[in-house]
Amino acid sequence: MDLAYYYELWRGMMLSKDPMLEGWQVFFVRFYQAFLENDRWLQYLKGAGTTLYVTAMALCIGVALGVLVAVIRTAHDQQRPGNRNFVLGVINLVCKVYVTIIRGTPMMVQILIMGMVIFSSSRNYTLVGALTLGINSGAYVAEIIRGGLMSLDPGQMEAGRSLGLNYFDTMRFIVVPQAFKAILPSLGNEFIVLLKDTSMISVIGGQELIKAARDVINRTYDAMFPLLGSAFVYLVLVLIFSYLQGILERRLRQSDRR
Amino acid sequence: MIDVKNLKKSFGSHLVLNGIDQHIHPGEKVVVIGPSGSGKSTFLRCLNLLETPTSGSITFEGQEITAPKADIDAIRRQMGMVFQHFNLFPNMTIRRNITLAPVRTRLMSQAEADDTATALLKRVNLEEKADAYPAQLSGGQKQRIAIVRALAMKPKLMLFDEPTSALDPEMVGEVLAVMKELAEEGMTMVVVTHEMGFAREVGTRVLFMDEGRILEENEPRAFFASPKQPRTIDFLSKVL
Ligand SMILES: Nc1ncnc2c1ncn2[C@@H]1O[C@H](COP(=O)(O)OP(=O)(O)O)[C@@H](O)[C@H]1O
Ligand SMILES: [Mg+2]
Repeated sequence: MDLAYYYELWRGMMLSKDPMLEGWQVFFVRFYQAFLENDRWLQYLKGAGTTLYVTAMALCIGVALGVLVAVIRTAHDQQRPGNRNFVLGVINLVCKVYVTIIRGTPMMVQILIMGMVIFSSSRNYTLVGALTLGINSGAYVAEIIRGGLMSLDPGQMEAGRSLGLNYFDTMRFIVVPQAFKAILPSLGNEFIVLLKDTSMISVIGGQELIKAARDVINRTYDAMFPLLGSAFVYLVLVLIFSYLQGILERRLRQSDRR
Repeated sequence: MIDVKNLKKSFGSHLVLNGIDQHIHPGEKVVVIGPSGSGKSTFLRCLNLLETPTSGSITFEGQEITAPKADIDAIRRQMGMVFQHFNLFPNMTIRRNITLAPVRTRLMSQAEADDTATALLKRVNLEEKADAYPAQLSGGQKQRIAIVRALAMKPKLMLFDEPTSALDPEMVGEVLAVMKELAEEGMTMVVVTHEMGFAREVGTRVLFMDEGRILEENEPRAFFASPKQPRTIDFLSKVL
């Protein structure tokens, strides 16, 4: 079966407005143009790869920043009264300003500012995009983690400390693992949002999936299949991730069995 | 062993401990009783600095623990604490609950800690629960594990904050039995409890707290036979 043969044949009929051409044949031509002609599917694949890469990078930055900010803010709030550390107070204020600014402005504006103002001379649009997403995600992750830490029974921290464990060890072995389990659903949600929001970095020239779709549209003047195709790819990625998240949650629930 | 001088603690404008002076000697079993809200827990929690005293001083084995530069973690390692709600770590097996602190504080190697855990679990007849998680245990079992977890640090002093108050009545006995055994081995203990039988039988001294003060204290037989203060008499008439 030679698809290219039929593609050429039916496209010719399409261009000459041949009345014999049927609807499904038109669909085939458009589909072929969108994905198969000139091996365009490779462009989508590369775009999807970049989307995943940007997501992974933004996630690493976001989680690192988020953990840092959450730990600083929680440590600040949990200081013993009368024993407050000035430096910690200043760092805490910086963290607060960061979270406020990020949460108070649209992601699109942040991407444009990063791409067109702060890093306007950089050609590495994808990297700038990933950095922006990471910084953005960090603020949300920080709030998720802080919520998780605060929701935990203070008796857990007290029990750890009363055994002579220091603050850091108590956080590491007792508080954080429990908080992590509690926030995993929100964290998974944030990851999904992040994955989808990578599409926005195309406005500053990030080479991800939507950019690939738009490049194809610019060549073929046909938007339907490239857009439906990328939507489908996002959906599949999200479904795969949700599945993995489900497995992880079930594994973590092991200690709940009675 | 512990010397408390004019200890005061307020939460905001609420004065909860209003000048406590106490000396606790090695081997003593001090039982603290008193109405709810009188500051018993706060007093106990000040002893291992889970609450920071507002003023006054606490000295443990000659070391002022209320001093700003005191090594709190090192001091807490020598005092075990048992909470009303057990506070076992639900994310770990029982064995790890017990071995975590001794290993992380370099008191023992993992192998030593495992052996200690096995021995301690045997002692409270729970050795088959070593690999279970806290959620799989009954309240009484949890509290026995909590006691054993504190003992694994080989503390010089044990603090108990109403260890049986959250238990179903049929499980109170098993926990008190462990505490009694511990007392017989010579452990220094400070116990906040409503179990007057335990106070009478195990205590060497009973403190009655009311409104942030120690209103009356005595050795148990005399304390229960002839309380002096009207508030003490009133309280005892309600609980006995
Ligand atoms: N962390 C806290 N913040 C504010 N008030 C507290 C705190 N802990 C205890 N209190 C108050 O201190 C008083 C004494 O509490 P507590 O020591 O727990 O009494 P008891 O253990 O004798 O019932 C109570 O009125 C309680 O509301
Ligand atoms: Mg209490």
